[in-house]
Parts: sequence; structure tokens; C-alpha cells
Amino acid sequence: MRFVFKRSYDDDIKLFKHRPQAFYYLALLILMLALPLLLDDFFLGEVTYVLIFAIAGMGLMLLTGHTGQVSLGHAAFLALGAYLNAIMLSKGIPFVITLPLAGILTGIIGMIIALPVLRLHGIYLAIATLAISVLADDIIVMAEPFTGGVTGLVAPPIDIFGLDIDRYGTPILFYFLVLFVTLFVLMIYRNIMRSPLGRAFVAMRDSEISAQALGVNITKTKATAFAISCAITGLAGALLGHFAGAFNNETFNIVLSIQLLLMIVIGGLGSIHGAFFGAMVVGFLPQFIAITRDFATDNFGFNSLSMPGIETGVFALILVLFILFEPMGIYGRWVKIRTYFELFPFYRKNMFKRQKSYLKTERMK
Amino acid sequence: MSLLSLENVTLSFGGLIAVNNVSFHVGEGEVFSLVGPNGAGKSTVFNLISRFYDPQKGNIKVNGESILRLRPDQVPSLGIARTFQNIELFEQSTVLQNLLIGRQRHRKSNLLSEMFFAPSVREEERRHRHVVEEVIDFLELQAYRDKYIAGLPYGIRKVVELARALATEPKLLLLDEPASGLSLEETNDMIYWIEDIKKQMNITVLMVEHDMNLVASVSDRVLALADGKELAIGTPQEVQSHPDVIKAYLGTGGEINV
Repeated sequence: MRFVFKRSYDDDIKLFKHRPQAFYYLALLILMLALPLLLDDFFLGEVTYVLIFAIAGMGLMLLTGHTGQVSLGHAAFLALGAYLNAIMLSKGIPFVITLPLAGILTGIIGMIIALPVLRLHGIYLAIATLAISVLADDIIVMAEPFTGGVTGLVAPPIDIFGLDIDRYGTPILFYFLVLFVTLFVLMIYRNIMRSPLGRAFVAMRDSEISAQALGVNITKTKATAFAISCAITGLAGALLGHFAGAFNNETFNIVLSIQLLLMIVIGGLGSIHGAFFGAMVVGFLPQFIAITRDFATDNFGFNSLSMPGIETGVFALILVLFILFEPMGIYGRWVKIRTYFELFPFYRKNMFKRQKSYLKTERMK
Repeated sequence: MSLLSLENVTLSFGGLIAVNNVSFHVGEGEVFSLVGPNGAGKSTVFNLISRFYDPQKGNIKVNGESILRLRPDQVPSLGIARTFQNIELFEQSTVLQNLLIGRQRHRKSNLLSEMFFAPSVREEERRHRHVVEEVIDFLELQAYRDKYIAGLPYGIRKVVELARALATEPKLLLLDEPASGLSLEETNDMIYWIEDIKKQMNITVLMVEHDMNLVASVSDRVLALADGKELAIGTPQEVQSHPDVIKAYLGTGGEINV
């Protein structure tokens, strides 16, 4: 068991609860920095992909996990970020400006789109945001002069102060770029969650009526949550555009929206860790299936395993298993295991019993 | 001058008149109780003051100014805090986080400074925490500071909700059935706390309560409602012995015809 003695109010404000925790995260950071030495270019590319998904996951987690607003339209904001970044780059604007600007613009546009949708709750909000995703697909095709329609766009090369960064040419530099953005978003996310705004988000999720009675402006706070969420997703989109190289409307279809939502559910709703765990599952799963398939083909001669749709099937199976057995996701399971050892032998089985669901409609009491 | 006044307030839901031409004034430093049988419109009066409902007729004034143009989230900035009949706490947060949300109306930091957690935000957080700690001391919640609401017993949740309302540093406290579901001992604690809130913190209290023992021991004045209408107003003794009140609670004392 570990006892944390708190000596000042700052102990509850600071980012790490205690020294060992700070040490673990420092070790993780060093591992991430040393990763190019440990992995070959292919696997480093996979890790980069996971990190991009983790950024997008953080964007959606802020909105769905912490503010309680379900969105099935986040692929549209990924697309917006990717297209804005690529179009601005092709106009000759340097990458150090286009990347943040793509994020900020996506945030502003996302907020404008969200304003009429914000009066909806729960399942109705999910349907409305699903419509955003469907519309985005059509708008990309229709806005051909800007987006290249079904032909798509090729993300221009990145040039940061004379340093050429390319997904295939210099995968290590691209990895560090993505890692830097990930850490930046992570820092902002953590800071928001320990400030009054973050508390207002969580308050709105758990009881809108009582948040309102305590002075939280519901419309404004929801719009802010949408803006921050879309801005983060836009950043991820811009990076995803560079990772994919070329992209069109098909890159950002509804399946991606659903995948993002499932990702944070599997990872664990309501925690930043969840976004990362979920991204690992979604990012590594195709490779895991491919490797397993190759292994099976080589050793047992199963050629039929290369059937289409197996990835979606495995993904669906994982999701069903999680919803049935671990609704709190991978992070929830991890917290339970950790608490078991921390409190040993005083852990109770019902300690983490959930009493309220995230998807709930407005009530008036 | 009275802190809160309702003037001929009427609210009906379709054919049901929930509040019918109700007027009363709550003076500064007073403990004012609303009593009445179920469905009398007591909680509706609270929801009217919180601006969750718009009255069809009449006016609600705080410090002489109408509040009917305000949104619900602007009401706390007038120094009005409330609790709910069916506890409305933030279940997935700790007691401390719940109380800190009570500080929302005092938030001065903006989005940008919070994103980078500027020194001013940290300073503000410390100040909020200081106020919250004083409330924790007052209501003796120290042991529950870092506990999640979802795991707390009912009686403690009731106290946490009162604490959250106090953390807003209100001038007027609306308590919706503070003693419902509490044990005798917990109710006695509540009586002491309400007296201290009035005397030490100089907070005016408007309360809805069924427990007549609690009402009689802390209230300066009592208003009895039935079917949305005023029955009687006065000291607890006057109201309890008022014939209309007895009639509303026990029915008419006529002969029973078999």
C-alpha cells in the first residue's frame, strides 16, 4: 500500500500525484524518445500512426469522455484539418503556420457547426453528428476545385526551417514531429482538466441541471468543448494527411468516425489514458491480424484466413467483449488491477460499480 | 429591504396551476420555510427562483431588481445557491472536485491562461481551495475529501450538496428538503448547521421541508402552501395552529356519513 501525504494545496494541483508516478512517466518519455533506435522504419511508422490516432482520440475524449457529448462526426473534422493544412501548404504558407492554423480553423468551424446541434442530447446528438460525417463526404466531392474531389489531394512535403520532413524519406523526423504534437496536446488537455473549465466539463456530463444552478453557462461551455475537441482533431487530421500521403473523401468516411468513438470506448471513457490505449488497439490491430494471418498461413496452410472484413469482424468482437465485461475500458481494467494491489488485501469487488451512464437525456427534477 | 420577493407569481402547466398568485418576501438574515402537502408547489417555487421555469404572471425580485431576464446560470452570480430534493451531485467526481465546481461563479481565468496553466490560474486555484477547505471544516467533511460521490452514503451526499452550495459563498441559500431521508441524529446536525449558517455566516435561508421539528426549531417565518395557493404565513407556531393548514393536512373535520 502507498500513502500519499499531502502538505499543501499544490499537491492536488500538480500534474503528478507522487514521485514514483512522475518517474514512470519520465521513463516512458525516455523510451518514446529512444524508440527510433529500437525499432525499424516500418514499426516506427506504425507507432507514428498510433500517436496520430491518440491525438484524434484525445480530441474526441475531451468531448465525449469528459463533457458527455457523443459525436459520430469527428472524421469530418479530421478531414477538415487535413484539407486545410494541405491547401494552405500548397499556397506556399510554411508548415509551422499551417499546422496550428489548421487546428485553430477546424476548432472555429467545428464550433460554428456545433452551435445548432448543441441543444440535442444523448442519442439525438449522436444522430445529428452522424449527419455531419455524411455531409462532409459529399461536400469534399462537391468542392472539387479546392479538395480535388474523388481524385483527392497529395499532402505537400513538410519543411520546418529548412528541415525536410517526410513520412517515407525521414520517418524518424516525422515520428518526432508527431510525438511533439502529441505531448503538446497532452499538456493542454491536462491543464484544462485541472482548471475551472475542465471541472465545468465534467460537471455538465454528470448533471447538467446542477452545473447550471452553480453558474456554468451550458451553451457556452459546450461550444468551448466542441471547439477544443475539433481543434485537436484538426491537428490530428493534418498529421494524418501527411501520414497517408494522398487522401480523398474515402479516407475520412463514416467508418472512421465510428472507429474513433469505439476507440475511446475500448480505451476507457473519461480518461486521457483511454485515448492512448484505444489508439494502440485500433492502430496495431490491422498489423496484428496480418502477422497472425501470415503465421497461420505459413504454419498451418490456412489460405482462407485472408478473407475480407476480418479486421472489422475482430474489431466488433473486441468491442462486444469490452461492453459486456469491462465497460470502463482498458484503462478501467488497469485502474482496478492497480487498486487491488495498492489496497491489498482490502479491495472490494463492487468498488468500481458504476451508477450512472454517460448517455443520458435531460431530466428535470 | 427584502432580499428576495415574489410578487403575485403564477405558473401553470397546461390545466394544472402549480403556483397560484403567490407573494412573499424574504428579509435579509431570515430563515424562511415553505411547508405544505405534496404537490403544493414548493419545489416549483424553487425552480422559479432558479429560473428553470418562467412564471406566466408576476415578478421575482432579488434586492429589488427583477431576475426574470436572467438565464439559470446567471442566478448564482446574484449570490443565490441551491440544493436539490433528489441529490444532484457530480457522481464521477470526488467530494473536493464537487465543492470546487461550486466556485465556478468566481472563475476569473480565461481559456488561454487555463490551457497553459498560467501562474494566475494556479493562484486562483489556491484561493478557491482555501474557501472550499473552510466549508469542509465547517461541515466536518474532512474524511470524505478525496472520496468519489458514487460510493458515499445518502446522508453524506446530502451534506456534500449543502457544502457545494456554501462553497459558492451565497447570500441566499435555497435548501430543498435538507432533512429528507436523514436519521434523527443527522437531522439534529442539520439544525445546528442551519442555525450557524444564519448566525455566523449571515446567510439568508429559504427552505422547503416536511420535518416540522426542523422547521419549528430554525425558522423565523413559515409560509404554508396547498395546491399552489398561500394558506398561512407567520411564525412556525402560528402556521401550525392555523385552521386552514390543519385542514389541508388532515382534511375537513365534518361528520362522516356512512
